Amino acid sequence: MYLLEMNHVRKSFNSQEVLKDISLSVKEGEIVSIIGPSGSGKSTLLRCATMLEQMDGGELIYLKEKAAWNEADGVSTYADKETLKKIQKHYGLVFQNFHLFPHMSVLQNIMDAPLHVQKRNKEEVHEEAMKLLKKMGLEDKAKAYPCQLSGGQSQRVAIARALALNPKILFFDEPTSALDPELTGEVLKVIRSLADLQITMVIVTHEMAFARDISDRVIFMADGIIVEEGTPEEVFSSSNVRTQSFLGRYGDNF
Amino acid sequence: MTFIQILSQLAGGMWVSIQIFVVTLIFSLPLGLLISFGRMSKNRIIQAIVKFYISVMRGTPLMLQLMVVYFGPYYLLGIKVGNDYRLIAAFIGFTINYAAYFAEIYRSGIQSMPAGQYEASRLLGYSKSQTFVRIVFPQVIKRILPSITNEVITLVKDTSLAFTISVLEMFAVAKAMASSQTSLIPFVAAGLFYYVFNLVVAVGMEYIEKRMNYYE
Repeated sequence: MYLLEMNHVRKSFNSQEVLKDISLSVKEGEIVSIIGPSGSGKSTLLRCATMLEQMDGGELIYLKEKAAWNEADGVSTYADKETLKKIQKHYGLVFQNFHLFPHMSVLQNIMDAPLHVQKRNKEEVHEEAMKLLKKMGLEDKAKAYPCQLSGGQSQRVAIARALALNPKILFFDEPTSALDPELTGEVLKVIRSLADLQITMVIVTHEMAFARDISDRVIFMADGIIVEEGTPEEVFSSSNVRTQSFLGRYGDNF
Repeated sequence: MTFIQILSQLAGGMWVSIQIFVVTLIFSLPLGLLISFGRMSKNRIIQAIVKFYISVMRGTPLMLQLMVVYFGPYYLLGIKVGNDYRLIAAFIGFTINYAAYFAEIYRSGIQSMPAGQYEASRLLGYSKSQTFVRIVFPQVIKRILPSITNEVITLVKDTSLAFTISVLEMFAVAKAMASSQTSLIPFVAAGLFYYVFNLVVAVGMEYIEKRMNYYE
């Protein structure tokens, strides 16, 4: 069953067409990586999937429930607030720049939404948050504030914060692009460990080796369209000229 | 007259000044926040009205505003006001004036918040009001505290303007004493009062700023 379906998505910014008729479906448990040059629309696609941006045209469906659909004139119409709120619970997003709440400790960052949005029991949330921190290797940072953390630690907290709400699908928008290679490694390690949990993930990344290893499916985007998609083997050994020229820039480093 | 005697005579005026100061803050700080919402409203009409209000409050002398608030009810509406109304008029005048300044400070703080904080809140399912109360506002306070301190210190000195509508605050009392005794000492005492008052304010605000320094 498809967890996420995006059909014929179009999006422009000031007459600049960023997404040109993109369709993407993700099954439950699947790990999908989206690669491609900067400006190809990868992040915009994630922002449309998470409803941070409104699509100009196209359908957005989570678990058979329509968040947006095309009217006769081909313009996207979104569902009512209540429906969107319900749908929104299905997914989480990890940002490139973490966007932790600076005035809250690490533990508060993780616990605040489960407590005040989901209105769950405090002890249970605390226990779960500590488990998540342990998983992220950050138990000793529970009381620290974001300004005291390295970029890698911040991103791991952000991942824990997203996981604390138990989303069915987790989107990553270039989660390591703001990090140096060493810190990148620790974050990728954590994301890999999530793969074992059977969480559905869609990852926009420039880490080719990582994308190849972790993904069930790789999507190569350029200039607002999906140029190619398939298993990592298929895409990384593609004979498509556009794909080859992009991957060629990474040499054999993956 | 000894300095102590002068001080004790001034004490009543001090108390009135402190009252104006405290009441103004209690009402203008929340009112300012409300006005800043209007200033940032998507409704053009509300925004235009609030913008005009702020420009009048900031563009005309506080002294004049106090006069209008005090004499307005009788001159405009023919309502006879009692003597008690003087102090109330001062409260109202100061509050609506300072709320305008605070509104602009709140607005600058709210608009300086990075979009990422709103986006993260949205993704985590916070409602708009939760986002403001739990995420945005606590950070705004920290950002605007230095500007608020500036205004609060100005307010201490501005309370003396209440004498224009014959409120017997500190400055009015000192002025009366100075002329009846042909002495500068009441003025010196008054100056000392404002200075010490502001010293206390500055120390208090610094303490609050320090308390918020646990994060960057």
